[in-house]
Amino acid sequence: MTKLNKDEAQALIQEVLEVYPEKAKEDRAKHLSVNDTSDESQKCVTSNRKSLPGVMTIRGCAYAGSKGVVWGPIKDMIHISHGPVGCGQYSRAGRRNYYVGTTGVDSFGTMNFTSDFQEKDIVFGGDKKLSKLIGEIDQLFPLNRGVSVQSECPIGLIGDDIEAVSKSSSKEIGKPVIPVRCEGFRGVSQSLGHHIANDAIRDHVFDREGGGNDVEPGQYDVAILGDYNIGGDAWSSRILLEEMGLRVVAQWSGDGTLAEMEQTPKVKLNLLHCYRSMNYISRHMEEKYGIPWVEYNFFGPTKIAESLRKIASYFDDSIKEGAEKVIAKYQPMMQAVIDKYKPRLEGKKVMLYVGGLRPRHVIGAYEDLGMEVVGTGYEFAHKDDYERTNQDVGNATLIYDDVTGFEFEEFVKRVKPDLVGSGVKEKYIFQKMGVPFRQMHSWDYSGPYHGYDGFAIFAKDMDMTLNNPCWSSMTPPWKASEEADKAAVA
Amino acid sequence: MALRQAAIYGKGGIGKSTTTQNLVAALAEMGKKVMIVGCDPKADSTRLILHSKAQTTVMHLAADAGSVEDLELEDVMAVGYGDVKCVESGGPEPGVGCAGRGVITAINFLEEEGAYDEELDFVFYDVLGDVVCGGFAMPIRENKAQEIYIVVSGEMMAMFAANNIAKGIVKYASSGGVRLAGLICNSRNTDREDELIEALASRLGTTMIHFVPRDNVVQHAEIRRMTCIEYDPKAKQSDEYRTLAQKVIDNEKFVVPTPLEMDDLEDLLMEFGILEEEDESIVGKKADEVVA
Repeated sequence: MTKLNKDEAQALIQEVLEVYPEKAKEDRAKHLSVNDTSDESQKCVTSNRKSLPGVMTIRGCAYAGSKGVVWGPIKDMIHISHGPVGCGQYSRAGRRNYYVGTTGVDSFGTMNFTSDFQEKDIVFGGDKKLSKLIGEIDQLFPLNRGVSVQSECPIGLIGDDIEAVSKSSSKEIGKPVIPVRCEGFRGVSQSLGHHIANDAIRDHVFDREGGGNDVEPGQYDVAILGDYNIGGDAWSSRILLEEMGLRVVAQWSGDGTLAEMEQTPKVKLNLLHCYRSMNYISRHMEEKYGIPWVEYNFFGPTKIAESLRKIASYFDDSIKEGAEKVIAKYQPMMQAVIDKYKPRLEGKKVMLYVGGLRPRHVIGAYEDLGMEVVGTGYEFAHKDDYERTNQDVGNATLIYDDVTGFEFEEFVKRVKPDLVGSGVKEKYIFQKMGVPFRQMHSWDYSGPYHGYDGFAIFAKDMDMTLNNPCWSSMTPPWKASEEADKAAVA
Repeated sequence: MALRQAAIYGKGGIGKSTTTQNLVAALAEMGKKVMIVGCDPKADSTRLILHSKAQTTVMHLAADAGSVEDLELEDVMAVGYGDVKCVESGGPEPGVGCAGRGVITAINFLEEEGAYDEELDFVFYDVLGDVVCGGFAMPIRENKAQEIYIVVSGEMMAMFAANNIAKGIVKYASSGGVRLAGLICNSRNTDREDELIEALASRLGTTMIHFVPRDNVVQHAEIRRMTCIEYDPKAKQSDEYRTLAQKVIDNEKFVVPTPLEMDDLEDLLMEFGILEEEDESIVGKKADEVVA
């Protein structure tokens, strides 16, 4: 199907909004738009607002943003899900942030530690239990480098003083114990949890008494911020940076450690991949330590080359030359990937609906394969994310913020994209509609997708999904015979 | 007779627990089967009946046993004067945890364990002063207390509190059967106190069910951890509680209250000289400014 033009896309939004009651229609209309490249003002959709009840939003909560995203991947610390068991248990090991280490000995990424609140803990408070739990953790897992206390909802309701417990426990075990006030009911999505988690790092990691380490800072030190190493993303990114002559001293937070975080205020440049979840700490380091930060995009060879040059521009000629060498080295390999897959994918349309950075960052990778993103949106973005997105999408692209189940299905039915990229909750709906689908939160158990190595996998995965022979076998037997009957009559 | 469940509310320190226990003792003396459920973390709702400092509470027993499911009814229930059954919900020390959840847990436990048996005539819930959260409203939710008595005195804050409690009752009256059953005036010997409380009661759409005068014998009894009824059955004050008990037994006036607006309440207080006419010119003025 050919792409909708601007008026058709606008009309589609109106048509979809028609089913809502008046108040909901008014509210949702502000979250939907069609990109207009001729519009100088670059108006953005309304974002970061409370979701309407009943619309089947797929947003998470502040706890998800802090424990699940920012803190959870710090592998040598133990992150306590403080409260009833479910929050920690049902989010355990679900995010595929890979790490190197021996789980249960010096790394704890896929384990669940919880204070497992019972009725009596709610009534009498959980402070004593938390303090006991931290002591036991340190006995059982002596190689942990510290503990974070990730608050679940009841902690905020009953007013437990986790700050005081953290302070005294920290003295007892001689390691940092970091209280994080990420109660799930705070804010409208996981986004506030990212912010709270960033603030906790600022207050309790950077400014910690007796913190820091003795690693000698170097002139080419950089830190990777906002890469959660999904399927190994950060690894396929850091090798390129190292190849161009930089020293990556920290990964935030995929495969990251407490020592790496402590080293970061001494780097020369912070490299920010997921702007949404770590812009706060980047800005803080800029203000307090004078460290510049630069956003980059490691999806697809075009954006990678652009980003490598942008990063190199902060350094001397040796690094700039290094960047050119890296680009020159990988370009032929990337051309081979494109030559192989582009003929099979060219002209295909994609609709995306993901989280922090992917709704805009992966557009370049699709374009490298000759594909076009005709609709995109974020679960929990803010205005600054949409400002950036407007630069990356073409004319008449649908933009949808905190899209509802109904809207997304209707858009897909009418736009008829060749591929939808979104989360696990959307996956089976669209597959049952006969639309090829990629899970773009966890890379559908594949990855990495970052860096040059990642692009080869990305291209293969898209081809494998889109051109899978199963899509031509979607008609059930009873419909197949109907069609045969019709054909016979004709 | 069918089981009647009543809850006693009122401003903190007004004498809810003392009044409740003396009332219950009087009912027991008349042969009624009564249970008291204390809904206050302080757990002082049953001490006069049990002659004890503070009864071991449901929540403390549950914490010791592991969870509330590990408890049996006989673990938490004590029997005191006049075969009155006593239970305290219990809760945390001030400043930690969630006392409201303690009340909810304890009352659910009593229900599930069948504490409200056929033989009981009355259950009285003695609830912490202010209905600060949903937990302390538990006794007036569906299938719990149907009649609410508010203990009040002629002091301004006690009357404000009574009016606020009436607002709370209105909220739950619309979704369930809870009704205001009357005001109990626990006298502080303020001027025209009986008239004032009667006036307040009529504005709320209810009655002052009894005026309990102030008498030191209550304090003498309390020092001995006893009700007045038990300590000195012949005292005049004991007869007052017996009268109150009879009025509660005979009470049939259960209403959805009509709480007063703030202005109306202030007007009423002014009428009785408790509150002076508000002088707008002095609002926000410091002491030295007023002098000048």
